Amino acid sequence: MTDHALLGPQYRVPNLRECLASLGVNGPLVAVTAGWQEREGEIEELRAHVGMPVSDLGLYTRAEHVYAADPPFAAASRERQQRLQVLQDLYRLRLAALLGAVAELAAEPGASPALRRARLAALGDVRRLDRQHLAATEREHSGFARHWQPGRRPSIAPHLAALGTAVEGAAAVLIAGGHVAVLLNRLRLFGCGSLLRGRPLIAWSAGAMAVSDRVVLFHDRPPQGAAHAEVLEAGLGLVPGVVALPHAHQRLALDDPGRVRDFARRFAPARCLALEHGSLVRWHRGRLVAARDLRRLTRSGRLAQVQA
Amino acid sequence: VSAPLAQLLAAGPPDAAALDAFIAEHDIPLVDRDGVTFLYRGAADAVLLRMFVSGLPAAQPLARVAGSDLWLLRLGMPAGSRFEYKFEVERAGASEWLIDPLNPISAADPFGVNSVCQGFGYLPPEWTLPDGGARTGSFDELSIDSRHLGPRQLRLYLPARFRRTRRYPLLVLHDGEDYLRYAQLKTVLDNLIHRLEIPPLVVALTDSPDRLSEYVGVDAHADFLVGELLPAVAARAPLDPDPAARGAMGASLGGVAALHAAWRHPGAFGRLLLQSGSFAFTDLGDNRRGPVFEPVVRFMNAFRARPGRPAERIYLSCGIYESLIYENRSLVPLLTGQRLQVRFEEARDGHNWQNWRDRLRAGLTFLFPGPLWMVYE
Repeated sequence: MTDHALLGPQYRVPNLRECLASLGVNGPLVAVTAGWQEREGEIEELRAHVGMPVSDLGLYTRAEHVYAADPPFAAASRERQQRLQVLQDLYRLRLAALLGAVAELAAEPGASPALRRARLAALGDVRRLDRQHLAATEREHSGFARHWQPGRRPSIAPHLAALGTAVEGAAAVLIAGGHVAVLLNRLRLFGCGSLLRGRPLIAWSAGAMAVSDRVVLFHDRPPQGAAHAEVLEAGLGLVPGVVALPHAHQRLALDDPGRVRDFARRFAPARCLALEHGSLVRWHRGRLVAARDLRRLTRSGRLAQVQA
Repeated sequence: VSAPLAQLLAAGPPDAAALDAFIAEHDIPLVDRDGVTFLYRGAADAVLLRMFVSGLPAAQPLARVAGSDLWLLRLGMPAGSRFEYKFEVERAGASEWLIDPLNPISAADPFGVNSVCQGFGYLPPEWTLPDGGARTGSFDELSIDSRHLGPRQLRLYLPARFRRTRRYPLLVLHDGEDYLRYAQLKTVLDNLIHRLEIPPLVVALTDSPDRLSEYVGVDAHADFLVGELLPAVAARAPLDPDPAARGAMGASLGGVAALHAAWRHPGAFGRLLLQSGSFAFTDLGDNRRGPVFEPVVRFMNAFRARPGRPAERIYLSCGIYESLIYENRSLVPLLTGQRLQVRFEEARDGHNWQNWRDRLRAGLTFLFPGPLWMVYE
């Protein structure tokens, strides 16, 4: 069975149990809560909600143990993070200039063919930069993996074996939200792209972002700084073709057709899914089979209900 | 006067029933894009608008509408403004200060309650209002037997989901109880943390039994904060040791106390949040703000001569209707000249707690940016 589901945020109004029922899953379950960082594993509420056994894979804690046991690898990981941060900062600088051009052209009055072409070209520049950044971060990750071969390191291999056993014995894997970069880092460290492929999977919030093929950070009304959505890096690609947007109505100016349009066009052909409380979307063998309370941002600037 | 009132008065003095109906149908004072019209009803020899707006008279008379008990005053007022006021009503040789009986909006401070005039377009920020969905922090108590100031009781705000396994930024806040009572500090902290706009942080709420003596640039108070309070809080709660994760904050004289402590102990605080600081100084001539300000002026003159680097990042705010706007504006080039990261915000408001409340989001998110872009729960 290769069922994958993305949900809206689970705080206060969870619909995970309903999703599990629709999948016919009766447990046991394994959970990834590494995005919760020091609160990892505090899954009592989660267990109470789903009413079946759940064990936490403990990826955050395992990573801490790996770094403590393997100082050279820990140092190399830190250096890689610093290089990724530099890449992100440089990308952000270039992005601000390109998005500034998009905004200026959008504000230009008129609808001449030349202006239309200029607007499309400006958005194309942003898309190109996004692709370049994605490629640069991927080069960084693949170079690191090639050089350090984490899966073969004695500090990591026993964890991989334990994780393989735990996942094998689970009816489904749950991936919760939290700090998306931390979550993705741990998922990558323990090879979860391969480990979880083909497994029934339910993810929400940052978890939904991490299992898609491109993690996009976003906020249209931050209290400080520019409101420029930015690509972080590739996700695990387990749920391809979507950009997951948890809490979209809080974070995005969904009532601004121009912003909705530009967002959707920038990340097309991926579908930009507004994952709100109560949202549910499910695929079976890659085919969309269920969608509830789910809207997507469209290239016309509207929000459209997603239907199976 | 405002258009609806002009219409009412056009036909001559309205009778009591017509006035009652008008008042029941309108929010008083009458606010429009260009200004505000104050209304008072009742028998009086004179009615004065009492407000504390720098540059305007402290008392402005309302005019009686002939043949009625209605009194009026029209003031120009830019959109988004806000100020606090009272009426002074004179009758039979006696006068009484009272809040506007026709205005339901008021604000409290340690000296009592004032009516609030909210200009066109002003709304209390939604992040100052209780959010049922926000996780709430809690309070802990802390006693310090200070060598400098004697016994002190503090409250510690601990954020929701507080964990001893994590290290938190710390904000030391003067006049803590007033911030809680009059500036909805706990609601604001809960909301901003819940929205990821600031990180979960510990706030040490200090109070002084004699702020006019202790918050005026006094070394003993600064030494208490840095030498006693900081270690005591660190012993109670897990704190991030980086100075960038440590801030001091205060309003009015509390701002002076925060700046003075940071100046006297460079490196102790990497962040400063100073609201309507009473930064009185003298260039030519002497202090004209009274004896309480003598030590403030001494400190500020010394500070202005040798500012150093009291903190790497500083947020200042001040109302443009306060007399302190000059002193606060004067501080900005001084601080930016030290190559510090400085954000200065002016508000169309006065020297009051709701002004300070309304600036908390801008200040706190500038000094302690939260994980908004990275955390999706």
